[in-house]
Amino acid sequence: MRVGAPVSALRYGTLSLIAVLVLFPFLGIVLAALHPTNSQVGGLSLPDQWSWENFRLAWVDGNFAQLTRSSLIIAGWVVPLTVCFATLAGYALSILGVWGGRVLSLGFVLGLTLPVELLVIALYFNLREVGLANTYPGVVLAEVALFLPFGVYWMQSHFAGVPRELVEAARVDGARDSAVLARVLLPVSWPAITTLAVLVFMWSWNQFLLILVMMQSPDMRTAPTGLGLFAGQYGTNIPLLSAASLIVIAPIVVVYLLFQRSFVNGITRGAVKG
Amino acid sequence: MREGASARSHHTSAPGPPPGGGGRRPPHRRRVPAGLKGWLYLLPALAVYGGFAIYPALSTLYFSFLDWDGVQLPSWVGLENYTRVVSDPLLAGAIGNGLVLIVFFSFVPIAVGLLMTGLMSARGHRGMTFYRTVFFLPQVLPLVAVGTTWRWLYSGSGAVNEFLAAVGLGWLARSWLGDYDFALIALGLIGTWCMSGLCMVLFMSGAQKIDPALHEAAALDGAGPLRRFLSVTLPGLRKEVGIAGVITTIAALASFDLVFVTTNGGPAGQTNVPALLVYRLAFNEGDIGAASALAVVLTLLVIALVSLIRLLSREK
Repeated sequence: MRVGAPVSALRYGTLSLIAVLVLFPFLGIVLAALHPTNSQVGGLSLPDQWSWENFRLAWVDGNFAQLTRSSLIIAGWVVPLTVCFATLAGYALSILGVWGGRVLSLGFVLGLTLPVELLVIALYFNLREVGLANTYPGVVLAEVALFLPFGVYWMQSHFAGVPRELVEAARVDGARDSAVLARVLLPVSWPAITTLAVLVFMWSWNQFLLILVMMQSPDMRTAPTGLGLFAGQYGTNIPLLSAASLIVIAPIVVVYLLFQRSFVNGITRGAVKG
Repeated sequence: MREGASARSHHTSAPGPPPGGGGRRPPHRRRVPAGLKGWLYLLPALAVYGGFAIYPALSTLYFSFLDWDGVQLPSWVGLENYTRVVSDPLLAGAIGNGLVLIVFFSFVPIAVGLLMTGLMSARGHRGMTFYRTVFFLPQVLPLVAVGTTWRWLYSGSGAVNEFLAAVGLGWLARSWLGDYDFALIALGLIGTWCMSGLCMVLFMSGAQKIDPALHEAAALDGAGPLRRFLSVTLPGLRKEVGIAGVITTIAALASFDLVFVTTNGGPAGQTNVPALLVYRLAFNEGDIGAASALAVVLTLLVIALVSLIRLLSREK
């Protein structure tokens, strides 16, 4: 089936039109952020004078330096903990086999459909009782719990896809369970682990409601949560707000561009298997 | 689900009691039964998941039967909070709005995705990596940033109105998110913007997995492009449509971030969604019981719809 040039042009034209529609808001806020602070910015317009002061204002006065730091602290704990726990659990459920393993697998899968709204109310009151409200450990553990269902499920189905002979061969050679995991399975699992790590980083970075509820100290909130409250406060200062938005999305966009394939595969394939 | 389940059943049946010839197993494996040892590996995940997800979920369920302001002693009120959720126009209205959002977060993006896939035909195209990267981008962004950006685009002097004026539709211009009739639609269209790319990427990669021989056979039988799309591509994408439906439906029903920063429920409650009221009732108005009941109803609704979509998209 050979298609002519006009059909091909139509296809690329449509694709490009959609790409423009997707990118248009970004172009808008990049341009808006370069306007002098507090100036009126309607639609898409080039600034008369280019100004970088909005980024400085947001970073310093808007507290985004501290918020970004706080985001990184939380993600810096959440990502390794989730990946580590999910790997161990996935290994136990798919290779070792445990009593009640099927029920447990089901219990984790069920967690995929629990919206965070169901958890936040009780998390707030429960953690307040044990002194974990408004602390990094409390928020970190809550996020790990939130992302574990996907993590366990992801690692479990990854390990289930590893050729059984690899594991059996190592066992015949007398390798312990821990050695099988560390020396046989992990070396062939880095792509799956990387995908899980970047997804968890994204979810942790973007988490909003949980932080809004559980972190009362403004300095310990994350960048997106800070932006949500900042938007209420500086709603009319579009250049400043745009600069703050760009600061919040920059890290995740960089990670996305670096690990683009992992993101797409993770979200689409993770769901396909589910 | 099927692949996962079959893989799981295969492996969970493999260990258990050691099969016959114990000589194959190294000696140290005899000391602790295999079925117990696995639990050690499961322990960290189970402890965190149990303590920070399952326990809070059950606590919320318990709270939903209480009249409690979060400070004083709670009292048991049975199903009263649930009666309120379904009868109070505010709460029931929020659930209705959540369902309306599914149209914009789910139906429209899936339609757009299918249309684009049909237009592109099954074969790969040059430069698709670039388009895929762009289309998928809204999926990874914090919704708070997406919301603040769209709030500005939708504002009275914003880009949306500028565009309408430029194409001669200036009389339509308004402050979209503040408009009583259009706020919910405007909000929904942000969801369409976020989700369409995901659907396109999913469906286009799914369409490439369809056996080209099916298309050729249909073409030989005299089927035109539309006919081939309807009877070859569409059935082949059943699974992908199901996945897109699940992801986007959850995003619509449980949306909070986007609404919080764009309209915060306004104008006059036109864009109240369940998650927003859960937050407001629990943390601003101290009505923990009603907030919990609404959260439980929301969860049940999510589970029901997800199960329904899974059932419908299951391959025969």
